[in-house]
Amino acid sequence: MSGRFFGAAVTRVEDARLLTGTGHYVDDIELPGMLHAAFVRASFAHGRVRGIKKDDALAMPGVVAIYTMDDFADIAQGPMPPMAPHPLLKTPITYHPLANSEVRHVGEAIAIVLANSRANAEDAAAAVMLDVEYLPAVSDVATAHGANSPAAHSQHASNIAATMKAGFGDCAKVFAQADHVLTERFDIHRGGCHAMECRGVVANIDLLTNALTISTSSQSPYMVRRHLAAYLNRDENDIRVMTPDVGGGFGPKANVYAEEFAAAMSAIKIRRPVKWIEDRQEHFVATTQQRGQIWSIEVAFNNDGHMRAIRGHCIHDNGAYAPYGLILPATAIASFPGPYALEALDLTVDVVLTNLVPTSPVRGACRPNVAFLLERLADRVARHLGMDRQDVRQRSFVKAEQMPYTTGLKARDGSPISYDSGDYGGALNLVLDKIAAEDFEARREEAKQRGKLRGLGIASCVEDTGLGPFEGASIRVTPAGKVIVATGASSQGQGHRTAFAQIAADALGVELEDVTVETADTAKFPLGISTIASRIAVTAGSSVQLAADKVRTKAITFASHQLEVGEHDLELEGGAVRVKGIPDMKIKLSEIARALAGSTGVPLPDNMEPDLAATAYFNSNALTFAYGANACEVEVDPETGDVRVVRYVVVHDCGKLINPLIVDGQIRGGVVHGIGNALFERMIYDEEGQPLTTTYGDYFLPMASEMPPIEIHHIETPSPRNPIGVKGAGEGGTIPAAACVISAVEDALGPNGPFIPTHPVSPQQIVQWLQTER
Amino acid sequence: MKAPPFQYHRPQTRDELGALLSSLENAKILAGGQSLMPMMNLRVIAPDHLIDINRIADLVGIRETAEGVEIGAMTRQADVLSSGIIRTRLPLLRHALEHVGHIQTRARGTIGGSCCHLDPSAEQPAMCAALDAEFIVSGPDGRRIVPASEWFEGLLQSAVGEREFLETIRIKPWAKGHGYGFAEYARRHGDFAIAGAAALIETGSDRRITRAALLSFGVEASPRRLSEAEAGLIGQPVDKLDPEPVVSAARALDAMEDVHVTADYRRHLAGVLIRRALNEACATLERPS
Amino acid sequence: MTERSLTFTLNGQKHEAKADPRIHLGDFLRHSLGLTGTHIGCEHGVCGACTVIVDGVPVRSCLMLAVQIDGCIVETVESLGKPGNLSPLQHAFAANHGLQCGFCTPGMLMTLEAFLRATPTPTEDDVRIAISGNICRCTGYQGIVQAALDTAAAKANPT
Repeated sequence: MSGRFFGAAVTRVEDARLLTGTGHYVDDIELPGMLHAAFVRASFAHGRVRGIKKDDALAMPGVVAIYTMDDFADIAQGPMPPMAPHPLLKTPITYHPLANSEVRHVGEAIAIVLANSRANAEDAAAAVMLDVEYLPAVSDVATAHGANSPAAHSQHASNIAATMKAGFGDCAKVFAQADHVLTERFDIHRGGCHAMECRGVVANIDLLTNALTISTSSQSPYMVRRHLAAYLNRDENDIRVMTPDVGGGFGPKANVYAEEFAAAMSAIKIRRPVKWIEDRQEHFVATTQQRGQIWSIEVAFNNDGHMRAIRGHCIHDNGAYAPYGLILPATAIASFPGPYALEALDLTVDVVLTNLVPTSPVRGACRPNVAFLLERLADRVARHLGMDRQDVRQRSFVKAEQMPYTTGLKARDGSPISYDSGDYGGALNLVLDKIAAEDFEARREEAKQRGKLRGLGIASCVEDTGLGPFEGASIRVTPAGKVIVATGASSQGQGHRTAFAQIAADALGVELEDVTVETADTAKFPLGISTIASRIAVTAGSSVQLAADKVRTKAITFASHQLEVGEHDLELEGGAVRVKGIPDMKIKLSEIARALAGSTGVPLPDNMEPDLAATAYFNSNALTFAYGANACEVEVDPETGDVRVVRYVVVHDCGKLINPLIVDGQIRGGVVHGIGNALFERMIYDEEGQPLTTTYGDYFLPMASEMPPIEIHHIETPSPRNPIGVKGAGEGGTIPAAACVISAVEDALGPNGPFIPTHPVSPQQIVQWLQTER
Repeated sequence: MKAPPFQYHRPQTRDELGALLSSLENAKILAGGQSLMPMMNLRVIAPDHLIDINRIADLVGIRETAEGVEIGAMTRQADVLSSGIIRTRLPLLRHALEHVGHIQTRARGTIGGSCCHLDPSAEQPAMCAALDAEFIVSGPDGRRIVPASEWFEGLLQSAVGEREFLETIRIKPWAKGHGYGFAEYARRHGDFAIAGAAALIETGSDRRITRAALLSFGVEASPRRLSEAEAGLIGQPVDKLDPEPVVSAARALDAMEDVHVTADYRRHLAGVLIRRALNEACATLERPS
Repeated sequence: MTERSLTFTLNGQKHEAKADPRIHLGDFLRHSLGLTGTHIGCEHGVCGACTVIVDGVPVRSCLMLAVQIDGCIVETVESLGKPGNLSPLQHAFAANHGLQCGFCTPGMLMTLEAFLRATPTPTEDDVRIAISGNICRCTGYQGIVQAALDTAAAKANPT
C-alpha cells in the first residue's frame, strides 16, 4: 500500500467541473413540466392569519395553483418533526410547513404559489391578500427574557423555552478561596450564514411508482428523508433525497426546512415537479442565523493569573422556533472550559424565544462565542493583574502532560468529555514566535508615526470534532478496474471527493483518476447523518479507510489463492495485487472484480463472498479535539475608527492532514468568516422584529480588499480516536478569530482604552471609545 | 427577486427619447442600470415603462470645448476614469472615480445616471457640485442649463423634470496646477461612502489662496458646499493654513443618521475628511516654476 | 409581455434568440440558453457571482436585461476552457485551491479574465481591489488572489 496521496496537497478532482461552469447546482435542474414556486411570507413579526384571499392572484398570468396548509389536508398536517429532540423541550417548537394560524417572525412562509416562471409566481404572491390580527412582537432577547415581555408565542406564558445547566466542581468553594473575582457582561450580536448559493429544492413525484424524489441544497439529505418520511407517513424507501453540487452550507443548510416540506407536498398534490430557489432577500428572513447571546460571567482567579473557576449565565436568542432543538445552546455549553483547566464551572443557559428567524449552528455553532468569552476573560484577568496576556494563559491552560484530560463536563450521552491530545501552551508560544511578537512594540511605534494605532491580539481554542455516531462509506471495484466510493456524507465545498479518493487510492494502490466518489444520494448509500460539526473527515474518512482495507484484504485473499502465494507476500500497487519483489506476478484488481462478479457455473474460490466491495461505518463514539492558537495585528485609524487586520497567523493541530491544500482553505475561509463576525456582520432588527439589514448594501460580508493574507502553521498530532488519525478542520479557523481580532483592537486602543466584551465592533464605536478616553 | 413587469422601449435617438418621455406615464430611464436594476429586482419600484437609452450614441463622449469639458450623460464611469482629458483637466473627478463601485459597476454605470439618481453618498454628483458643473437638460420646451447649485432638489431628487433627460455635464476646469483633494470613508472598497469630502484650491504667485471649493457629501441628503469656509480661505497662505474653521463648518452640517451610524459620527467624519481633502489639495498644488 | 428578437455573439458563436424584456441577462443565459455556469447569488448587484463579459468588459448579469445584449459580444465562463483543457487562469485556480464550493467561481473567473486582459502585471493590491466586488464565503480569497498573480506572472514570463 502506497502513501502517495494521504497527506499530499493534490489539486481537487471537483475543480475541473466547477471551474468550467459544468457544476450542477439545484437551480440548474430542469424537469419537464416543472413549476416554479414563490412563497407568500409574513411581512410582520407576530400575528394571526385570519383569512387569505387568493382569487386575484390565481387569475394572474402563468399561475397554476396557490396552496396553504389546509390544501394539504389529505397529505399531512401538523408541525414538522423536531430534528434533535431534547428532554428539556417536552413540546417541540417547530414550524408548520406553511403557517396556518399564528405567524411568529418576518419571513415565515404562509402560502406557496406555483407558476410557469418564478417571476410570475412572485407577481402572484404579491397579490395574495392576508387578513391579519397583529400581535405584539418582541425582538430584543434581553427584553424577551424578562418578566413583562410580549409573548413570542401567544400560548406560552414565558419566552424561556428551556433552561440548561451544566458544570462541575464546587464553584462556591473556589470563588471563596480565589484571590480575585471579576464580573463581566458579554454581548454577541446576531449574524447570518450567507453561503453564496441560497437554499433550494426540486421535488418530484414519479407518476408510475409514486416515489418522491427531492434534490435539495442541503447538508443533511438523510435527515430530510427521515423527517419527510415521518411527516408524510411514507416509508423512507419511497423517498429519494439527493444533494447536487451545493454552493456552501456553513450550518444552516443542515436543518430540515419548511420550504422543503411545502415543495414536496405541492409536488405530491399537483403531480408535477416543483422547484423553489431561495432568493437573497428570503435568505435574510428565512434561513437560520446565529450568535445572539448575552453572557454574564464571573471568573475566579489567583494573583499569579491562574483562572480557576467560572460561573456563567447566558440569555440565548433562539428566535421564534427551535427546529434544531437545543443543539446550539448545548454546543455552547459543551465548548467550556476550552483550553483551560478549571477546577469548577457553573453554567446556566436560558433559551429564549423571540419573534425573529430562528438561530441554529452557523460555522462554529456558538463555539466562537465561548472562545470569545474565555479569551476575553483571559485578557481581562491579565489587565487586572498587570500581567502579560500570554502568561495568564500559560498558567491557566491544560498542560500537555495532563492529556488525555477529562474536563469535568459530560457529553450528550452522559460520557465524560476528555481531550485526547493537545499542547495549548506550546501552540501559543509557537504562534507568538511566528508573528514575531517580541518585535511588536517596534511595529506599534512605526504605525504610530503613520498616524495609526496598531495592536496585537491572541486567542486560543479547542474544537471538538468527529461528532458521532457515524458516517459510512462503501467501496466497490468494477470489472473495468474503477474504484467507486459511495458515502452518505454530503459536501458543500470541502473537497470530500478528493480527500476520500486519496484515502482509497492509497489503500488500493491505484491512481487518483481511477477513483470516483459519489456522495449524498439516499438511493446510492443507505445511511447518513449530516455534514456538520467538522465531523466528516473523522467519520466518513475513517469509513473509507476501513472499507478500503476490507476490499484490500479480500483482493489479497483472492490473489493468494490464485497465485498460490502467502498473503504476507502480496502488495497492492499499480491497480493490481502482486508478489513483493516479483512485480510481473500479479492479478489486476479488475480481473479480481470480474471474477468475484461471477460467471455461470463457475464457483468462487474457497467460498469467498461475491463482489470486490465492502461497506464500513466508522462509529465515532468519542470526540477528538483539534486546537489552535491565533495571533493577529490590526491597525486602527483613530480618526475614522476604521479597523484593518493587517496580519493573521494561525497555529493549528487537527491531527493528520489528508490534504493540506484543503485544510488550509478551510482555515483561511473560517478566519475570514471570523473577521467578518468581529468587524462587519451585524444583523439588525427594530423593536417590532422588522429586519433592517436585508441587502448586501446593509449587511457587510468580508471582501478581498480588506482581508489580510493568512499564514498557517500545522502541528500534526495524530488522533488516537480513529484509524486515520485525523481531526476535523471545518470550523477551527472561525472559532478563535473574532476573539483574536477584538483582542488586537483592544490592544491597539491602549491600556486606558475600554475592555471590549462585544462584537461586531463598528468604527463609530471605536471613535466613541477614543473620545471617551480623552 | 424578479423585476415586476414593464413595457420596454429602446429609442435610438434623442428625439425618440423625447417623444417617449412626453407620451408615457410612470416611465423610468434605464441608463447603466446599476442603481435602477437593483431597485427593480428588489421590487422597491415598479415603473410601467423602462426606456433603455443605451443605444443613443450621441449621449456618449468626452470632449473639450471653449466652455469647458463636456461629458455625455451616457458616458460609462470606466471611460471617465480612463480618459486622458479628465485626468489632465478634471483630476479631482478622476481621483473620486477610483472610489466609485467596482470594475463591474463602472463598466455599465454612467456619470449621468449617477447624477440623476443622486444617492447622497454618490461621488460623481458630489464632484460636480465641487466643480460647479452645469447640467444640460433636454425636454419638450427645449434645452436648459441647470447650474450645480440648483441641481440637487432633495434626497434622490434631481432637477430633471418628468419629461426631460440629462444630455451633457459641462465642467470648466480649474487653472493648471490647481490643488485638488478627495477623501471618503467607506467600510469596504467601493462601498457607498459613509461620508466624503473634496477640496479645490488655486493660489496666486504669493501662495495665497485666490479660489477655493470645499465640499462635503454623504453627510446631508445632498452634497453641501461649505461656502462660508471657502470665503474664509481666500487670501490665506496655503503653507500655513488653519483648517479649524473648515473642519467646524463640516461638523456643523445637518448630518443624516441611519441603521449603522449616528448623526454625531457622520458629523465627526465630515470634519476628519474635509481636513484630509484640504491637506491633499495643498499637497497637490503645483509650485510655480 | 411581448418577446423581442436578439442577435448576439455568445462565446464566439452567433446566436439568434427571443427574450422577454423582463428577464435579466443572468436568468436568460442560465434558463433560456442552458448555460448554467453563470450563477445568481444576490440579484441586487453586490455579490458578483453573476459576472460575465459583454463587449470586453465585466458586467453584473443580474443588472442587465437580456434584451440589452442585442448586437453585443458576450462571454461566459463556458468560453474559458473545458475539463481536460483548462485555461491558464482556471489552472491557477485549481493549483492554488482558489475555489471550494464553486458557486462564486465563474464570477471570479470572468472578473479576473477581463481584469488581467486590461492589467497584465497587477500587484497583489490591484488584484484584491479588482475582486472587491465579488463575494466568496468559502476560501478567504487568498487562493484566488494568488491564482491571479500566478497567471499574470506566467504570461509575463513564459517558460
